[in-house]
Amino acid sequence: MATFAPTHQEPHHHHHEVDKRPLSYWWTRAFVGTIVGIAVGFFIPWFFRFVFGMEPLWVPELYYTVILSTATLGFLAGIGCFDYWMKYILGHRVSYEDHSMHGAYSWRDYFKVNTDHKVIGIQYMVTVFFFFIVGGVFAELVRAELSTPGQQLVDGEDYNGLFSSHATVMIFLFVIPAFAGLANYILPIMIGAKDMAFPRLNALSFWMLIPGGLLLAASPIVGSYSAGWTAYTPLAVQGSTGQTMFEVAVQIVGTSSIMAAINFMVTIFTMRAPGMTVWRMPLLVWANATTSALVIFGTPFIAGSQFMTLFDRIMNTQFFNPVGGGDVIMYQHVFWFYSHPAVYIMMLPGFGIISEILATFSRKPVFGYRALAFSTVAIAILGFGVWAHHMFVSGMASWLRIPMMLTTIVIAIPTGVKVFSWLGTIWDGKLHLKTPMLWALGFIFTFVIGGLSGVYLATVPIDIALTDTYFVVAHIHYVFFGGSVFTIFAGVYYWFPKMTGRMYNETWGQVHFWLTFVGMNVTFFPMHWLGFQGMPRRVADYDERFAAMNEFITMSTALMVVGTLIFFANMAYSWAKGPKAPWNPWRGRTLEWLVSSPPSTFNFEATPQVVGGPYQYGIEGARHAVVFAPEEIGGGELTETERRTILVVASETVSSSTLLDEIRRKSKEGPWRFTFAVPAKGRDHRSAERRLQVALAVLAEAGVDANGSVVDGGPIEAIEKVVEEEPVQEVMLATYPSGQSGWMENDMLDRARKATGLGITRVVVRRDDAVAPAPGSGVVALGVVANDALGTDGLGAAIRNRADQQPLGVTLICPLNLTGPGWTDDASKVRDEAVDRAQRTIGDLVDAGVPAQGEVIDGDEAAAARVAVTAYGAERVILFTLRGEGGEATVEAVRAAIAPVEVEHVVVDAAAPAGS
Amino acid sequence: MLRSRHTLPLIVITLVVSALTVAGIMLIEWTPERASVQADRYWVLLLFLVAASALIFVIVTAVLIYSVIAFRAKKGDESDGPPNHGNTALEITWTVLPTILLAAMGVWASIVLIQNDRRDADRETIEVTSQQFAWSFTWRDGVRTPFETGDLYLPLGRQVELKMRSTDVIHSLYVPEFRLKQDVVPGLTTTMLVNANKVGTYPIICAELCGVGHGTMRARAIVMEEDDYQQFLADSQREVRTQDGSTPATASAATP
Ligand code: HEM
Ligand SMILES: [Cu+2]
Ligand SMILES: [Cu+2]
Repeated sequence: MATFAPTHQEPHHHHHEVDKRPLSYWWTRAFVGTIVGIAVGFFIPWFFRFVFGMEPLWVPELYYTVILSTATLGFLAGIGCFDYWMKYILGHRVSYEDHSMHGAYSWRDYFKVNTDHKVIGIQYMVTVFFFFIVGGVFAELVRAELSTPGQQLVDGEDYNGLFSSHATVMIFLFVIPAFAGLANYILPIMIGAKDMAFPRLNALSFWMLIPGGLLLAASPIVGSYSAGWTAYTPLAVQGSTGQTMFEVAVQIVGTSSIMAAINFMVTIFTMRAPGMTVWRMPLLVWANATTSALVIFGTPFIAGSQFMTLFDRIMNTQFFNPVGGGDVIMYQHVFWFYSHPAVYIMMLPGFGIISEILATFSRKPVFGYRALAFSTVAIAILGFGVWAHHMFVSGMASWLRIPMMLTTIVIAIPTGVKVFSWLGTIWDGKLHLKTPMLWALGFIFTFVIGGLSGVYLATVPIDIALTDTYFVVAHIHYVFFGGSVFTIFAGVYYWFPKMTGRMYNETWGQVHFWLTFVGMNVTFFPMHWLGFQGMPRRVADYDERFAAMNEFITMSTALMVVGTLIFFANMAYSWAKGPKAPWNPWRGRTLEWLVSSPPSTFNFEATPQVVGGPYQYGIEGARHAVVFAPEEIGGGELTETERRTILVVASETVSSSTLLDEIRRKSKEGPWRFTFAVPAKGRDHRSAERRLQVALAVLAEAGVDANGSVVDGGPIEAIEKVVEEEPVQEVMLATYPSGQSGWMENDMLDRARKATGLGITRVVVRRDDAVAPAPGSGVVALGVVANDALGTDGLGAAIRNRADQQPLGVTLICPLNLTGPGWTDDASKVRDEAVDRAQRTIGDLVDAGVPAQGEVIDGDEAAAARVAVTAYGAERVILFTLRGEGGEATVEAVRAAIAPVEVEHVVVDAAAPAGS
Repeated sequence: MLRSRHTLPLIVITLVVSALTVAGIMLIEWTPERASVQADRYWVLLLFLVAASALIFVIVTAVLIYSVIAFRAKKGDESDGPPNHGNTALEITWTVLPTILLAAMGVWASIVLIQNDRRDADRETIEVTSQQFAWSFTWRDGVRTPFETGDLYLPLGRQVELKMRSTDVIHSLYVPEFRLKQDVVPGLTTTMLVNANKVGTYPIICAELCGVGHGTMRARAIVMEEDDYQQFLADSQREVRTQDGSTPATASAATP
């Protein structure tokens, strides 16, 4: 399959306008939009019922349905999801590269519509973990009620509402969107793209989750939906307003899910970096491509099922009412035709995450990469042929049972292949038991139990006994909690450094794992026993003989509660105050580890080139991808996994601000160390040394890890010498612009590339920049005030001497001390001579490796010193005078003019006759 | 392979895990008593399934535990493992072996299913009606006077066919001791075949969420010797007739 370059072919820097409107603007709009939506939603049914004379005028569930839908649209329009499209539709000028709502520059940007996939990823994750808490509270309420037989806390209806809300919130608002959120952040980077294919659609997908989620989570306030997350008819048709909210909300979150899936699909198909063939895609990408297909084909079915139920409720259609010719079982067929694939929607991305983590922390290639990829696709395809295994006792056509049992058994095979391949991955590896790895290993254990109990349920005669009992509850939780939730935790810990730029606390991460792992098993494993014994699911009241076990289970959940609290504390604290994360804390190989943590606004400064598989651990020199520098800085390869040292080769340009700025920028992108090699021959050695000291001082001050040495010989010798001594991953070559550069004329770039086999980045430095004193606090800005002393050996020696002790940037000011008018011929002769002397002195200093600049002014020494201090920021001033010219008075005047800046007075001997 | 340094420790761990697994299976009373032929068929099939799944579970867990112990990286060891991308023979093995186990299970389960579906000629037919939130059982075929009870009575050793209807939402008739369950669906007559083989009283539980009273929608399944059962039929019919045939007998009145 062909691969394509990312579509964002914008050059190196995206200069973009940032939208300035404040949060209050957007949220006021959202509020107004919602209110208008409610009003419109009320008006529409009222108007039509009134006009057509329908009785009664007030049919609550009908009104609620329309109101909830229009209020949602109003909210989305208000918060700004449609702004860009509306502008386009209304014929205003829009720019396709409009990035005004892109990227986060403060916390506020997370609370409004944003088109940056990384911002959206974080918006997703924070939102879903909020709903995780909501769903968890429902779960604890359910367990509290179940801790003793009989009904204590809540009545039957409320109890039904609790477990229905628990399941729905966890499925639709936690697991499914959590995977969408993680993938949103990571997947585009993994495939080397700058964003998702449709950033504005991406934002809309996220924002739909807010109204949809609130409807699902808040319905207990008005009387929850209570027909279970499966919402079987006719029970659901009997339901109250909560049921209406459920049906509308499922449409909303379903739409969100479909749009996200289309976005992933297009992103994966069209935006992979050059070289990212399908067999080089990380398994997370495979998993998400497959999951997206499941979502796109499956979700319309649950949407359909809920629409039909809704119509039965508000429009008196009779889809599922046998009295009106409807079919009750049909609901289940349609529902499970989505909801079985949905269990894989909730599992395949997790499989992907696990594959990534196991490879990284085992330091081994994924075992059976292709088998894992194929089994993912196989599971997805087969997943559409097993839906009726949820219906073995439903009263459906009985011939369907054996075929559905067989397809379900077949699907267990690729699932098994996955588990064995993961074991093959860790076998003989070098396991690093960091928190993400613990979750991954814990996942294998729990998921195997869940998969095996699934096989029990697939076996029809066994299922007939166990279906709708606690055995199914055990199965669900082994696959959802031990499966999906474990993988989400694994992924969150794994990518936390990448997403937040900070490290989480490892110890508390592990405590969280162990509490949850043990808590999960002691909570859910006994449920198998309850199911075998015949305790039905979805009941508040149960037989006395199950009392002890249920009490034990309820108590066991405390472990998970504590673990979860620790998790949230760890995440919150680490996000705010954790140590800064390096680029690649886990030494991973996939592309997201080749960019900074967190990545820059558009992820990559240049398009990466994928050159190999994603998991080539243990293969000498193998690499997954290389990132090239943009043309403006010479092209060439920039980074590669685990590369740490950049060799900087520069001679006269070594202390130029262009080069130092580039190094500073580069160092912000990752854990780079810079080793300078400054080639010099013979007498130049000292000069090179001084320039290097300046550069190192500037960089040290900026916190950049840099060192280096002057190497006798040419640039190639310098490179070879360093490469011999330490592993170098990249070379940065600073030269004058082509045409003015001796190095370029000698094909230095090519020769360096051949000599090292490494990618070379060329940094072009203008001549005047090379000699100007480097800005930066590591260098002392020295003001030199001299007139007649210019050009003397003494002056040059004195400055070089000082430069040897401390990196200097020299500003030389020559006072003319004219007594008469400045426009006479005499005056200009004096001036010309002074300029000449000053230039020669500066030239000499630069040759000696001391960056220098200067000017000649009309005025006396005191004025010159003042200029040095005020205009050039001199921190120290040296006043040079010729021996025998006195000058005590001058020194005093200078001291007085620039106090408290320190002034040194140096007396030198007159120069040898000119022309030397 | 057999002479690899991993073999011995791996065997030890496998034995330990097996011992624990087998102990967990044997020492705990996992299932309630069985009271039907269907339950017996279920039982043998379940034993096979438990054995097969225990095998997989033990292998996976042992390898997992051993790997964590044996392959843990030493502190400061930043090296990579061997670049082992796969092993076709191994991959085929672990695809084919479970496939065989699963295929055996599939065939066996299908046979059980077909056996369970077989109708005996001398079966007793009882009508079941479910509604929120109660069960009622009606004898119409083979009795002179139809009658209705709140509990289900079954003759020992003879097949009973339950013909089930619901008047409102879906319910599900579930008797754990029979290992049987069948949804009762409005608009449909579903059936359940049971050959009770143990005298006793067993709970009938509604297993499909049906509303507020779902948790309390219970009845009893009472298996009696054929003689007692005939006696029960006779008593119940007499009772109906004495009550003018209009009001059905209550369950308690019908209890022998
Ligand atoms: C080897 C793999 C699996 C097999 C053979 C399997 C089989 C089954 C079967 C036959 C049922 C129907 C049980 C019943 O209601 O009587 C079931 C229920 C269920 N399974 Fe699985 N399953 C497998 C993996 C998974 C996975 C990976 C997930 C999700 C991550 C999952 C989630 C569920 C859920 C949520 C239900 C219950 C739905 C409900 O009634 O509320 N299963 N499974
Ligand atoms: Cu399923
Ligand atoms: Cu019920």
